[in-house]
Amino acid sequence: MSNWLIYRTFWDLTVSGLVLGLIYALVALGYTMVYGVLRLINFAHSEVFMVGTFGVLVSLTKVFGIPIFEGGQYPFRTGFVLIGILLASLLIGMAVSGLGAVAIERIAYRPLRGAGDAYGAVALAFVTGLILSFIISSDIGTNLIIAAVVAGPLSILYLRIFKRGRQAPRLAFLISAIGVSMALAEAVAIWGPDERVVYQTPRILEKKVLFKFLGADVRIDYVIVAIGAVLMMTSLLLFVNRTRLGRGIRAVAQDAETSRILGVNVDLVILVTFLLGGAMAGGAAMMFTLVYDQTRFNIGFLLGVKSFTAAVLGGIGNIRGALLGGVVLGLAENYGSAVFGGQWKDVIAFVVLLVVLMFRPTGILGESLAKARV
Amino acid sequence: MKKFWKLAVMAAATSLIVAACGGSDSASDTTAPKDCAVSLGLQFPETGEAANLGAPMLKGAQLAVDEYNAANPDACVTLKTFDTQGDPAKAPAVASAVIADATILGLIGPGFSGESKAALPAYEAAGLGTVTGSATNAELQLNGWKVFHRILGNDSVQGPAIAKYIVDTLKPASVGIIDDASEYGKGLADTVKKAVGAGVKASDSIDPKAADFSAAVSKMKDANPAVIFYGGYYGEAVKISKQLRDAGVKATLVFGDGVKDQAGYADAAGPAAEGAIIACPCKDGSADFISAWQKKYNEVPGTYGAEYYDAANVFLNIIKAGAKNRAAVQTALGTYDAAGITKQIKFGANGDATEAATVYIYKVTGGKITYVTDVK
Amino acid sequence: MNLTQQFRDITRSVTYGPGVLSKLPKSARWSLGGMLIIAFYFMPYWPNVPVLGWIINTPGTSFENVLTDQIMVFVLMALGLNVVVGFAGLLDLGYVGFYAVGAYTTAVITSAHGNLPWVASLPISMLVAMLAGVILGTPTLRLRGDYLAIVTLGFGEIIRITANNSNWLGGPRGINNIKHPPNIGPLKFTVLNAKPYWYLGLTVILVVLFVLHRLERSRVGRAWSAVREDEDAAELMGVDTFKFKLWAFAIGAAVGGLAGSLYATKVAFINPDGFLLQLSILFLAAVVLGGTGNMYGAIVGGFLVAWVPERFRNFDTRRYFVFGCILVLVMVFRPQGIIPRRGSAAGPRPVEGEAQ
Repeated sequence: MSNWLIYRTFWDLTVSGLVLGLIYALVALGYTMVYGVLRLINFAHSEVFMVGTFGVLVSLTKVFGIPIFEGGQYPFRTGFVLIGILLASLLIGMAVSGLGAVAIERIAYRPLRGAGDAYGAVALAFVTGLILSFIISSDIGTNLIIAAVVAGPLSILYLRIFKRGRQAPRLAFLISAIGVSMALAEAVAIWGPDERVVYQTPRILEKKVLFKFLGADVRIDYVIVAIGAVLMMTSLLLFVNRTRLGRGIRAVAQDAETSRILGVNVDLVILVTFLLGGAMAGGAAMMFTLVYDQTRFNIGFLLGVKSFTAAVLGGIGNIRGALLGGVVLGLAENYGSAVFGGQWKDVIAFVVLLVVLMFRPTGILGESLAKARV
Repeated sequence: MKKFWKLAVMAAATSLIVAACGGSDSASDTTAPKDCAVSLGLQFPETGEAANLGAPMLKGAQLAVDEYNAANPDACVTLKTFDTQGDPAKAPAVASAVIADATILGLIGPGFSGESKAALPAYEAAGLGTVTGSATNAELQLNGWKVFHRILGNDSVQGPAIAKYIVDTLKPASVGIIDDASEYGKGLADTVKKAVGAGVKASDSIDPKAADFSAAVSKMKDANPAVIFYGGYYGEAVKISKQLRDAGVKATLVFGDGVKDQAGYADAAGPAAEGAIIACPCKDGSADFISAWQKKYNEVPGTYGAEYYDAANVFLNIIKAGAKNRAAVQTALGTYDAAGITKQIKFGANGDATEAATVYIYKVTGGKITYVTDVK
Repeated sequence: MNLTQQFRDITRSVTYGPGVLSKLPKSARWSLGGMLIIAFYFMPYWPNVPVLGWIINTPGTSFENVLTDQIMVFVLMALGLNVVVGFAGLLDLGYVGFYAVGAYTTAVITSAHGNLPWVASLPISMLVAMLAGVILGTPTLRLRGDYLAIVTLGFGEIIRITANNSNWLGGPRGINNIKHPPNIGPLKFTVLNAKPYWYLGLTVILVVLFVLHRLERSRVGRAWSAVREDEDAAELMGVDTFKFKLWAFAIGAAVGGLAGSLYATKVAFINPDGFLLQLSILFLAAVVLGGTGNMYGAIVGGFLVAWVPERFRNFDTRRYFVFGCILVLVMVFRPQGIIPRRGSAAGPRPVEGEAQ
């Protein structure tokens, strides 16, 4: 029975698989760019995405004051109001994620590169103070005051320790990233207004079927995701290939030490890389809330793992590889689920990865951000 | 200068240690303003992935204990919470801590079936009576644990009752079944599937951690059944309801007790939830209970909240009747027979509540989960 | 003398602690080690010791059970993973898979589909896990670095999902009534007394430690460090890198299987939710936190990762937030781990291809 199912629902599965694949691809870009520049699995990137979905949520509900439902119905908006809110939320999501990624880099990675600065020192000192304050009080106000008091002198100490810092081993970056992602997800779970439940986001776009594609419904939200994702990826490619900073990114990806000697501001390049990767994840967050209208503190974990898989599948460090990997993964998951049952979805994803890596050990398109050319 | 820093570091280290020790004294009972002579334990997922399901358990039990303490100020009872994250690996250690605390006369919980299997052998050996309001696995009562008591119907009662309602009342041409591949969801879906029999036209499992269920949705769209049953919890029920409706699937949606949550399901899914049928071996609880909950927590009672309120009250009534040690509480559980807010509570020989054979059917109408009928 | 100098002195004294130890006469070292081991056998009683007890005790849960269910598992897993990550330099993010294979093997042969005695469960679980390691390693070990990481991560998930979807393995219900070890003289392996399990577990840890110690100093160990430091150079010098990488995988897997088996016999119940991907990450955190490549570091790391969240139970829902922050802080201020690999204290070797 199920073998015939895939023929009957093939185009349906293709359309929804493409949409999911494009979201994977947008998140995968962050993994791929950071990996290309730093040779580092940015494990916390999943939480950059998660933070972005909450940025979108806050934008919709707080900035624009849209309720989840209006009189038991979806709060649909139309015309320019709709477009304006969508664009503004996209920008807010991208800003939140981009800044989140930059903050993570400052706090958890830069000190490990032996380049810790005052921002990182203050943030880490503040966190230390916060932890210490938990011992004394469980009242968040008191915690913040104690943390702020402790952070002052402690940050001076931390900054002095940073000064003698040097390059840490690669695994230390990974564990630091894991620590940040754990702390971020938990922070949202603890201090978010509804704690650990699933948050619904207001659905302002009525999901009308625009047209039929070989019997499959193509909804308006799918079209927006497709157009948005392609636009974002194209502009990223253009940025990396055509601008001065983009050239810097490629140079650092190729050889960081030589680039530094030749006068490339490596720290700036890294910052821009995180900002761009984060912004892409923020875009993905907007697309995600548009299609699935919900989020949760742990929404990033599985999606992050899948997106990283997509990045590796396409060839990590390769921007077009991320797109290809995401789409291949999204489609494979959907077709595979239809044939073998949804409970095998993740198994299918990883088996596809394994098979691809058997034949192409560096992914479908091969690695290297440095060699990315249009 | 050197000396100064040495001193400073030492002082910091000492203060850390002192602080750590200070912290340990106020351990784990943040919910209790003062320590009473007698206490009850609550083993449930306070943190971790399933913590949203754990929150109503604590709120229900805490409400019962607070009411009791307000009524009996000189014979107060403390509620001590023990977090397992719903993880069987953490359950034995928690169980041992519960057992080691001599003031604890009875245990409310465990919250989930998995942790029950890991922890109940220890409670059985220690003779500590337990009453769960949520672990509905259909095999727990078969282990011969004398301390095991359950206040709501297990999955083997619920499944056939749901199937009966689907077949006899909804009379669909065909049924689609989806589960979340969890112990609870798959167990329930499998019993429904078996009882419905040949009417099942399509079935699929989903990964509850994923956001996108489009493969399962496509399958249902293709099979086009008149009724779709989903076995799982409310969080995913919201997602699957929305995605099915967005894809244009018009089938009547049917759920089990894990979805009976006004805020978690009906309020969250909005129009997508309208008309959905929710079967539950549980009642809403009395109007007094609902208003007391409203007053204390400023929300409607969540899933299993009423069951945990009842479970706590079983122990509180036994303690009030004069049981002073674990053996007396355990004995009293065997003969307990009193009205709770969800049902007349009386435990059979295997620990399951005798009146738990009834399943209540609810329907989402006008955004509210409202009672429709009983299925025996 | 300034502050940074001061800090360096403190860290140095910690770093070179083992170095100081090795300067002691042999007899003193042996008796010190012996005393430590005896102290560890008394670990279930540590919460009763003044001062130490306050620090080590886990409020809200039973310390001796935390010791057997969490700490024992994490220490063994960290020791095993250290072989793969620390000795051979292979990044494995799916190590929980071998733990699951070990636990499920024990469950299947002593409860679900067999009635073999407990004694048989340990070696069989190790063998099956080892086999799983070879099966996974043969096609994947030709991959490099981070590609291996994501493939192993997938492997761990495949094991868990397969167990969850296989009725033969109990599906999501899991398997219960797994056999406890038989009573040995006065040691009664019951559900209420965790101490005998600790004596057993600690003995196993010591044996594993001894074996790995011999291995590290053998030809195999030297081959591993050659592979780790520069795979191409090792290959050039005639080291069969693939074979030694496979060995590391298999030995790591065997230790993982052993831990799984011990866990299953202690808790007597397993289900697929006990083998989530997050555990693999925590195991890796244990290895790196303790000091990649140092077995004593792995022990310390395993202990901390298991113990810290339990110790800070009175932080309620905030304890995993605290744990995450602690991971970051330790990595920022001590990136080489708490007890670094010997000879690496002067600073880690930059890894090939690593950007500044």
